[in-house]
Amino acid sequence: MILQGLTFYVFAAIAVGAGVMVVSARNPVHSVLFLILAFFTSAGLFVLIGVEFLAMVLVVVYVGAVAVLFLFVVMMLDINFVELREGFLQYMPIGALLGIILLVELLLVLGTASVEPEAMPIGTEPIPALSERHNTAALGDVLYTKYIYLFQAAGMILLIAMVGAIVLTHRRRPNVRKQVIAKQLARRRDEAVELKKVQPGQGV
Amino acid sequence: MAEFWSVYLLPGIIILAQILAIVVPLLVAVAMLTYAERKVMGAMHLRMGPNVVGPFGLLQPFADGAKLFFKETVFPTRANKVVFVVAPMLTFLLSLVAWAVIPFDDGMVVADINVGILYLFAISSLGVYGIVMAGWASNSKYPFLGALRSAAQMVSYEVSIGFVMITVLLCVGSLNVSDVVRAQAEGVWFFIPLFPMFIIFFVSTLAETNRHPFDLPEAEAEIVAGYQVEYSSMTFALFFLGEYANMILMSGLTTILFLGGWLPPLDIAPFNWIPGPLWFFAKMLALLFVFIWVRATLPRYRYDQLMRLGWKVFLPFSLFWVALTAGVLVAFDLVPQT
Repeated sequence: MILQGLTFYVFAAIAVGAGVMVVSARNPVHSVLFLILAFFTSAGLFVLIGVEFLAMVLVVVYVGAVAVLFLFVVMMLDINFVELREGFLQYMPIGALLGIILLVELLLVLGTASVEPEAMPIGTEPIPALSERHNTAALGDVLYTKYIYLFQAAGMILLIAMVGAIVLTHRRRPNVRKQVIAKQLARRRDEAVELKKVQPGQGV
Repeated sequence: MAEFWSVYLLPGIIILAQILAIVVPLLVAVAMLTYAERKVMGAMHLRMGPNVVGPFGLLQPFADGAKLFFKETVFPTRANKVVFVVAPMLTFLLSLVAWAVIPFDDGMVVADINVGILYLFAISSLGVYGIVMAGWASNSKYPFLGALRSAAQMVSYEVSIGFVMITVLLCVGSLNVSDVVRAQAEGVWFFIPLFPMFIIFFVSTLAETNRHPFDLPEAEAEIVAGYQVEYSSMTFALFFLGEYANMILMSGLTTILFLGGWLPPLDIAPFNWIPGPLWFFAKMLALLFVFIWVRATLPRYRYDQLMRLGWKVFLPFSLFWVALTAGVLVAFDLVPQT
């Protein structure tokens, strides 16, 4: 047990530290890198409480895909770091307000057990013990049976968001030369290469 | 005290020994792979390859390593030093940690976790960070271009690799790496029923490890050497080791997913006398040879061709094949029970 406790505190400390650095780092690229560290240590904490599937999905989706795109965008931005600092005091009240709202929401979730004692057992009931059923199978059991419509709806919303983003940003530019792959593949040797018999001293 | 010994210290020492037993041979294998690559390519080019240092030039990789070790580490002006140094370390580290879940024989694995395949997928998707960080921290244009290319390329091919893995997992019914091989012991190796996926997976691993013909992040003719331009000495060596360790890892993964891991081709007398790990290594060596063969044979892809292959050919086809496999499994009542 000591080892688990120790691991928890190490991971938790790194996660919190990385979280603080995300908002306080001067360089936005460093912020994103700390964000990745925070994601990764959270995945470690997930493993520690036995939700291995979610831990791996967190790494694959957030660290492997989402954060890469973040990093991609932030790296390409031409940011003036000094300018970025200027509006800090101006935006602080809004930021503090959002922070307080989030904190209250978190407290509400954590305090549900005492406010409404019946909510707690419902929340924990459908999870079978790790020795009986693997995480992955247990998730699949409910996700594709009980919550199939919600799952499909979530997928649809993501698809629409993706199509929307493409529609908004895609514009057809005239006069752009495109690679026509079929045309390139259809090229044969005899239409592209011509063998000429060159006489010495005369040239072509 | 006795409890401390039996609960923490002894398992700790065993795990440490297991890790060393994998990492040390792996590093030697990486060294020998660079030698093998130069020798095989030499034979394909009708050259000798390295033949001066040691018998048949066998000590050449170690001489190269020693040379790199004694060189000076150069930091470009206004490079982001910390990120610049962390990037090669990360690449190297990620190529090592993935080996924790690779089974060399039935039960011969450091961490037999239930989500092994997902773990491997997660680790391979992290590989892009080393390159992106290197490209950005170098504060130089060619490394940056190489990093951008690499990020786009690896994210694109990750998608088709994911679908290929899902197809295999549909036939296995478990995310445990050892279970994937055990499922092939009962039936045929998966490269027979899923042959197109085997090809797609192999080509995607070429792209994922930035190997020829998809080595556009390095493309020396266009962007010098991509993200490696500013690196020298051990920082460069770590990138190099990481890249080759990744190649070995990807061949191992292909072996496990499609070529029956440690299983002999036929479970009859002369074949099953040979121990499982040797079969595993033999299959990996065959795949590594194809990696090198491809490098010696094919020209580099154009970048738009690379993207077209990933998004317009592999992605729809593997998506179709996932649906087909699921359909066949359900129609013939072959879905593995968990």
